[in-house]
Amino acid sequence: MEFQPVLLWTDLLLFVLVAGALLMTIHVRRHEPLRAAWRKVGQRPAGMASMTVLMAFVVIGLLDSMHFRAALPPVEGQPDAATIYSSEVLSVLDHALAPLRLRTEKTYSAPFADRLYQRETVELAGGGQTRIYPRLEHGGSHLPEGASIAADLAQHLVTILSHAGMAMLAMLTVLTLVVGRGRQGRYGDALRAILCGHTKLAWRAALVTTALISLLVAAAYVLAPLYHVIGTDKVGQDVLYLSLKSVRTALVIGTITTLVMLPFAVALGIAAGYLGGWVDDAIQYLYTVLNAIPGVLLIAAAVLMMQVVIDTHPDWFETAAERSDARLLALCFILGITSWTGLCRLLRGETLKLRELEYVQAARAFGASTATILRRHILPNVMHIVMIALVMDFSGLVLAEAVLSYVGIGVDPTTISFGTMINMARAELAREPMVWWSLAAAFAFMFVLVLAANLFADVVRDAFDPRR
Amino acid sequence: MLGYVLRRLLYAIPILIGVNLITFLLFFVVNSPDDMARMQIGVKRATPEAIERWKVDRGYDKPMFINETKTGTARITETLFFDKSLRMFALDFGRADDGRDIATEILDRMGPSLAIALPTFLLSLFASITFALLLVFFRASYLDFWGVVLCVAMMSVSSLFYIIGGQWLVSKLWALVPISGYAGGLDAFRFLVLPVLISVIAGLGSSARWYRTIFLEEISRDYVRTARAKGLSELRVLFGHVLRNALIPVLTGVVVVIPLLFMGSLLVESFFAIPGLGSYTIDAINAQDFAVVRAMVFIGSVLYIIGLILTDLSYTLVDPRVRLE
Repeated sequence: MEFQPVLLWTDLLLFVLVAGALLMTIHVRRHEPLRAAWRKVGQRPAGMASMTVLMAFVVIGLLDSMHFRAALPPVEGQPDAATIYSSEVLSVLDHALAPLRLRTEKTYSAPFADRLYQRETVELAGGGQTRIYPRLEHGGSHLPEGASIAADLAQHLVTILSHAGMAMLAMLTVLTLVVGRGRQGRYGDALRAILCGHTKLAWRAALVTTALISLLVAAAYVLAPLYHVIGTDKVGQDVLYLSLKSVRTALVIGTITTLVMLPFAVALGIAAGYLGGWVDDAIQYLYTVLNAIPGVLLIAAAVLMMQVVIDTHPDWFETAAERSDARLLALCFILGITSWTGLCRLLRGETLKLRELEYVQAARAFGASTATILRRHILPNVMHIVMIALVMDFSGLVLAEAVLSYVGIGVDPTTISFGTMINMARAELAREPMVWWSLAAAFAFMFVLVLAANLFADVVRDAFDPRR
Repeated sequence: MLGYVLRRLLYAIPILIGVNLITFLLFFVVNSPDDMARMQIGVKRATPEAIERWKVDRGYDKPMFINETKTGTARITETLFFDKSLRMFALDFGRADDGRDIATEILDRMGPSLAIALPTFLLSLFASITFALLLVFFRASYLDFWGVVLCVAMMSVSSLFYIIGGQWLVSKLWALVPISGYAGGLDAFRFLVLPVLISVIAGLGSSARWYRTIFLEEISRDYVRTARAKGLSELRVLFGHVLRNALIPVLTGVVVVIPLLFMGSLLVESFFAIPGLGSYTIDAINAQDFAVVRAMVFIGSVLYIIGLILTDLSYTLVDPRVRLE
């Protein structure tokens, strides 16, 4: 085998999450009320557009979650030796972005630059020294000396536009076929409806968003092999590569945190509300205590502890990737412990209300067991709160990760994340002239991700909250 | 009323004990003093003697819960749990790793923290409520729509960027105020303007949107219709009636934070090098000074509980129908 697959804990949980999402889709398709609620999400242009953006991020994150260790080339003269695998854990995304990952420069270079950002002393051929901006090793190295970068970019514009246009046409064709089939094969009609935005679901918004995304992807696809599109950082790493890698960290923090704590919040919240008595007291006590500890401090304390445990047991982890993954997972758990209390309280309140309703009392009168009532009658009726809490928490967690990593109690410093990116970029602002691109890249990627998540959360809340 | 407060205070004791137990578990059981010493000294140089010396220096050499070598009450009092955890109830926090007394340090740093947190709190309350009322006044118009869009966009920016951007723009580009630092007395104003302004702007998006939903919920009530029917102007209705009646949900979120104000803001203080409690905590986290972090956790939870009680009391002030018995 050319490679050995590696399954990190967070990978596993992410895949479980994706499988869960697929199961939920099947479940939703079978139940008309749920289908109606999701249709409401799809009818809003903001819903469709934000879903498209989130999908793009999810694709990046999933590609970055398929890890493997590549086989090292066999040693000369030892033909029968067993294959040795590199200790470096790579992901499919790393593999696809290999040109970006491997073509590092000496240090900072601006976006689309062909020269370093700082002067260097070079020995002249005829003796003596001079200080010049040396050419980059990779960025713009295809250009002859003195060629204009702007002219080169203009040349590539046509290719980019045609790539993006082709992607758009493909998308439009698929959409027309799908919508047209729903309209008994009146495809011309379907095409017109999509373009005018008259379809039931807001396909036009999705289409416009896809157009923007494919334009960006096409530009990156064409230009990234030639230039450092958003420049390089202090050690010469491509900033675009760093930004794309950060997406997975943000997604992991945003989704797995709620996922690991969801069972506790749901079980405890429902139990407290329905059973009452000492169970209620105990659970209320538990979450008041956890709430009383300032969140950041609890996280800080727990992360410091985790770090000690990880540092004192180096034998638990085979590779560096596993170690930083353990810290990422630990951070998810810790963030989860501090964030489940809110949902638990909401669920307790809702259950208190539900248990007095007629149908629950009827079920009790018929002698249904407590477990059955909780499972059949209470749980399905609080799921909308869970759903809303899930999507609402996501953006907050992504933002929290950046702040925590900046403070030094977030992800492992070797894990690429928006927080570590910002942390490294901090010193660059004080430089003269300023190095702005890594900050700008982190800002742009985070802003788009969090904005999409916020818009999506709003639409989902509007669709699922019965009071609205 | 007094009886109610007393009962609430009694109720707070088990919660504080719970907090104490959790922090004790985190700091001493999950991670033994030996591990701590090894981290601080450095794994390579951590000989058994060095670890023992480190523990004796900082008073970590006692047994966890019960001291078998002593008799009488000393069996309990000569332990880590009593020394490091229970003493906090008497506000005895011990010494930080740099040898300074944590309690005096906290007293010294309270001032700067309050100087930045209090104006921030008042200004952001004022700004976000005004903004929210404005949006409600123009509800269901383009102004409202774009206002909400602006709020969502502002919410989506990480607070790190507000600070970095603000420092860069105001301090570096326009050179209006110093980038960071602090001075006592009236001079402090120069150093405080920017951090306060940035904190207000950073929190505006989410809080204005939250207040807007509260006000919108209130505006569909019957008494609002009556007030309009009486011929009151929309502004009078909003400020006189809606704002007054929406105070309960507003207070629920707001009063809890008031005591916590003195803990300062971790991020803003450390970015602007303000010698308050927030930056103290961050420094302690970075230096892995567990005694300080533990003290701050304890103080934070005490303040939170005070905040909860204050919230309940504030209800009676706003709404005479609320009786605390």
